[in-house]
Amino acid sequence: MQPSAYGEGGDGTRVWDFVRDSYQQILFASWQHLSLVVQCLVLATVLAVVLSALVYRSKTASALANGVSAMGLTIPSFALIGLLIAPFGFGVLPAVIVVTFFATLPILRNAVVGLNSIPASVVESARGIGMSRFRTLATVELPMAWPIILAGIRVSAQMVIGIAAVAAYTLGPGLGGFIFSGLSRLGGANAFESVVVGVVGVILLAIILDLLLVVLSRLTTSRGIRV
Amino acid sequence: MSETQTIQNSAENVSGASILLDQVTKQYPGQTKPAVGGLTMEIPAGSIVMFVGPSGCGKTTTLKMINRLIEPTDGAIVINGDNVTDMNGDKLRRQIGYVIQAGGLFPHMSVAANIGLVPKMLGWDKDRIAARVDELLELVSLDPTVYRNRYPKELSGGQQQRIGVARALAADPPILLMDEPFGAVDPITRQRLQNELLNIQAELQKTIVCVTHDFDEAVKLGDWIAIFNEGAQIEQYDSPERILANPSNEFVENFIGSGAGLKQLTLNRVHEVEQQKAVTAAPGESPEAVIARLQEAGQQNVVILDSRGRAIQWLSQRQLSRMQVISDAADPNLPLVNEQSTLNEALDAMLVASTSAALVAGRRDAFTGLITVNTVMDAISAGQAAAQGDGDAPVGLNTGSIPQISDDDAPVNAAATDRHAATNTEGDAAAAGSTVAATSENASRPRDDAREPHAENHDTVNGHTTTNGHRAPWDETRRDSSATDRGDVGEENLTETRDRP
Ligand SMILES: Nc1ncnc2c1ncn2[C@@H]1O[C@H](COP(=O)(O)OP(=O)(O)OP(=O)(O)O)[C@@H](O)[C@H]1O
Ligand SMILES: [Mg+2]
Repeated sequence: MQPSAYGEGGDGTRVWDFVRDSYQQILFASWQHLSLVVQCLVLATVLAVVLSALVYRSKTASALANGVSAMGLTIPSFALIGLLIAPFGFGVLPAVIVVTFFATLPILRNAVVGLNSIPASVVESARGIGMSRFRTLATVELPMAWPIILAGIRVSAQMVIGIAAVAAYTLGPGLGGFIFSGLSRLGGANAFESVVVGVVGVILLAIILDLLLVVLSRLTTSRGIRV
Repeated sequence: MSETQTIQNSAENVSGASILLDQVTKQYPGQTKPAVGGLTMEIPAGSIVMFVGPSGCGKTTTLKMINRLIEPTDGAIVINGDNVTDMNGDKLRRQIGYVIQAGGLFPHMSVAANIGLVPKMLGWDKDRIAARVDELLELVSLDPTVYRNRYPKELSGGQQQRIGVARALAADPPILLMDEPFGAVDPITRQRLQNELLNIQAELQKTIVCVTHDFDEAVKLGDWIAIFNEGAQIEQYDSPERILANPSNEFVENFIGSGAGLKQLTLNRVHEVEQQKAVTAAPGESPEAVIARLQEAGQQNVVILDSRGRAIQWLSQRQLSRMQVISDAADPNLPLVNEQSTLNEALDAMLVASTSAALVAGRRDAFTGLITVNTVMDAISAGQAAAQGDGDAPVGLNTGSIPQISDDDAPVNAAATDRHAATNTEGDAAAAGSTVAATSENASRPRDDAREPHAENHDTVNGHTTTNGHRAPWDETRRDSSATDRGDVGEENLTETRDRP
């Protein structure tokens, strides 16, 4: 009882010490992590929306997009990172590519579903009052599909916060650095603390990002289609 | 082109635009028969034309070809003399109001944003759009301060439908296309919306093309009814009166159903019969003063009007004598009808309220007078007698208009086609008589033509229009004229089957 309690307390204390000693690095890494994820999410959203706009009118293309998205998600992120090191080397670029790739998939799937779920009558009346195809897409279909797209973005965000940590393997930015450096010298000084800080940091970031997205969805979803 | 001139000409007199479908065909890919086959049809400016027919006969396809939501495979759409078949479809559609079932509103936009869409696309400034939105909300009887900022989901079905109509009218288009606009609302709301549409039309004089499944609705709303068969073959295109009195063939007879005699009653509208004057008062007046006025007028009941002139209560002298002051509460059970209501709707309202009269509301629901059960009964018997009688009562058919299709005869047409005046005033009796005879003879022709492989639908057409927009001269008239006046000027203006290869 006593020793183990002491031990845990000791570990806890040591983690706390670690945090206190290097909080600037931690904050910086967290900020970089969040920044990488957010930027990749924005990029992924744009990509997914453009792709979905290209495919949603065709049943075959929509099915294809869904298939690609489902299969893409089964690729282990670590393997993809490994593959990308050859052409792109180490650094931020492969990290960005991997994170964006995985972030795009759930958003793409939701965007296609969202655009296809808009009642034909609504599209017909948009066209009927003289909106061009593009205008219909931009002012009617996308805003109406937006809540579903945002749900995809939230799923993506949760997923790629973890993937971004893995992507730090290529020396990309973020909290993944703490995890990898800790794991690589496990048993050494502060190794365990480093891993804990990385993991907990990732979880906290995920929660913060999700809250931000909830706020974003409140702000950007029309009252008329809020549930 | 003479045809072009003709149409422009007719349009000078009304705010609506004439529409000509010239040998229009729609062949969907992978189907053996065309959904619309060689349809030629003129829709006179300023009138309401109703499309009816069995499901799948091509009504919607025909309607959507007018604003080119569906592109015709062949043929031309001519609006106000301009061939619009090749113009930019989006631009065309901004000039044509379009209303579909349940309004087709955009759920993520407020009522004001929905209504303001077309003006916004046309580049109006914000203030002008806002003013127009309020004006239109008033027009469809919704209070702008209450409804402007609502979202579609916060509206009832009938209100959504009204907003749909308001949105379609936003940029004041000359043409309004409606596809089963009132199909999704309950019967009472439907009646209200129909009346409202007629009131709006009385005010605006648009050209309205409306698809419906409900023949009664077609009779009530239509200046003209086109009855289609498979492939958008026109079986009959005529005024409601004459279709009811003279179905051109068995198909039309079956379509009308056995209740034709009763349907005749829906032809008579409240505004066509005499209304009784009523004593009116405002909330807040003293009951004694009102009773004094009633006694002076020798009447029993007073109608209380709100600030917009709408009837809110209907009180007897006895009720008044028990009051301190006249309240401004609205009685929900008033037997209210609209000027555009049919007489049997008025009768219905009286029966429901167990009263011997009903309160009539006109434009924007303002009270106009009383209609009594006796008036209704008289009008019904008179109407039935007229319907049973000779088919010459309805006018539209001034043979004269056909050769004169060119320029300055429009005013003449207008006079001639006034429903009540025409029989007596315009033209000589002989001409009128011959027209009628020719018409009934022609009535069976579309079907004959339909049997011929090549002579599809072409021959229905080219009516002209009148200031009143009602009872314009007529497609079959033109046939008459071509039969009688071969080689006449009018002939070249018209699309005739035999002119085609
Ligand atoms: N997009 C389409 N592709 C292929 N065929 C179509 C299409 N739209 C309509 N059709 C066919 O064309 C014919 C006419 O259809 P349309 O929608 O004009 O009928 P309608 O008279 O409006 O019927 P309803 O009263 O049921 O609305 C039908 O046989 C229909 O199956
Ligand atoms: Mg239809």
